[in-house]
Amino acid sequence: MKSRIRERDSSTLNESVQNTIMRDLKAVGKKFMHVLYPRKSNTLLRDWDLWGPLILCVTLALMLQRSSLDGEEDGGPQFAEVFVIVWFGAVIITLNSKLLGGNISFFQSLCVLGYCILPLTVAMVICRLVLLTEPGPVNFMIRLFVVTLMFAWSVVASTAFLADSQPPNRKALAVYPVFLFYFVISWMILTFIP
Amino acid sequence: MAAADDLQFEEFGDTATSLAANSDATTISIEDPGETPKHKSGPPRSSRREEDDELLGNDDSDKTELLAGQKKSSPFWTFEYYQTFFDVDTYQVFDRIKGSLLPIPGKNFVRLSIRSNPDLYGPFWICATLVFAIAISGNLSNFLIHLGEKTYHYVPEFQKVSIAATIIYAYAWLVPLALWGFLMWRNSKVMNIVSYSFLEIVCVYGYSLFIYIPTAILWIIPQKAVRWILVMVALGISGSVLAMTFWPAVREDNRRIALATIVTIVLLHMLLSVGCLAYFFDAPEMDHLPTTIATPNQTAAAAKSS
Repeated sequence: MKSRIRERDSSTLNESVQNTIMRDLKAVGKKFMHVLYPRKSNTLLRDWDLWGPLILCVTLALMLQRSSLDGEEDGGPQFAEVFVIVWFGAVIITLNSKLLGGNISFFQSLCVLGYCILPLTVAMVICRLVLLTEPGPVNFMIRLFVVTLMFAWSVVASTAFLADSQPPNRKALAVYPVFLFYFVISWMILTFIP
Repeated sequence: MAAADDLQFEEFGDTATSLAANSDATTISIEDPGETPKHKSGPPRSSRREEDDELLGNDDSDKTELLAGQKKSSPFWTFEYYQTFFDVDTYQVFDRIKGSLLPIPGKNFVRLSIRSNPDLYGPFWICATLVFAIAISGNLSNFLIHLGEKTYHYVPEFQKVSIAATIIYAYAWLVPLALWGFLMWRNSKVMNIVSYSFLEIVCVYGYSLFIYIPTAILWIIPQKAVRWILVMVALGISGSVLAMTFWPAVREDNRRIALATIVTIVLLHMLLSVGCLAYFFDAPEMDHLPTTIATPNQTAAAAKSS
């Protein structure tokens, strides 16, 4: 009896590192799928984790980095600026929604906002690929279209998860900051120049 | 038995049946505070109260006066204390924004729209939107102005966002603080009928900045005349909202001090808008400037080398 209890306690301690990492990666991947095909489900809220948002934020900040060869002409956001904007912005939106009377927990909201950056990260990758070809108005129109589409997707995905937690007469008040947040990130992506 | 009947608990029935039986009786109903938001758009009251309410512009001023005393009861280190500053619904925020856009002479913005329920949602998010509107519009306008030039290299200029944020949030918090301090000081000398709390002043300033969001977006148009007309219109609207709000608070004071206060408020407002226009938006006729800067340098270099 005692050995069985000890076995159950150390069950995740004795497994191989690959098992642990794969389990977490699968959880993150499942949430990515939920963001890409937003339905009214509770998975993002129930088992929240902050790994996905961290991976997405670091990827986005790294891709928004430019080579700092031209020192004073470098007007784009630095890694730290992007990081601070994403996390600080997500914290402020969460505080705002809690102050308005929403019944979502702090980390659940951070988790949802972080995961819904996924479409914008995809847009960043596409923009970088498009920028490998020569610049011009067509280039810009493609990037504008892709970023607008992904921005709309992000807002719809996060609204699908967050809107239910707000009292009904304050939904617009809680959704507007999310819109502003993704708009600023889209602007940073659109004005990126390698 | 009679004794047992006397000890029996007497049921009075509910108020509806007892009122029907005896319509002259006065009834007191104690409302659950959680139900009060539903009563904000309540049924029409008696006509005598309507006249008083119209002066204050409020349908249920009595109730909100009572509620104002009940509201801030939590100590300031709890979360609920700060929740009282976000106790607004969507339609209320829209009403307040509309009130700041349409200054009606005679109707005070604070009494009309804020009604002892100052919120921090409006000021905070209007300032945040304004920061990004100014930074993005400035960037876009500079890009469009210098579009054809070979020597211009577009940079997103992200540092300007932090500068804009500092300016706007400092204006939206420090000027109300100074004004509140000044009004409190004058209140100790001259008895004013109308006095505003610090949060109400922050609220008025926050909502009065709303007009600058469409103004900043329209400042992208690279015409000097258009930009200055926009400055005048925006200053006219928000300046008049501020002036009409604060005039009752300084009316009883010395004439010169009252006028000086109102003029200072409007001047600071103008300083903000003109300063933002000058700093974030390049002047439209500046596209010949890079070549004129280059030529003095060339002549100076030539003079040095010779």
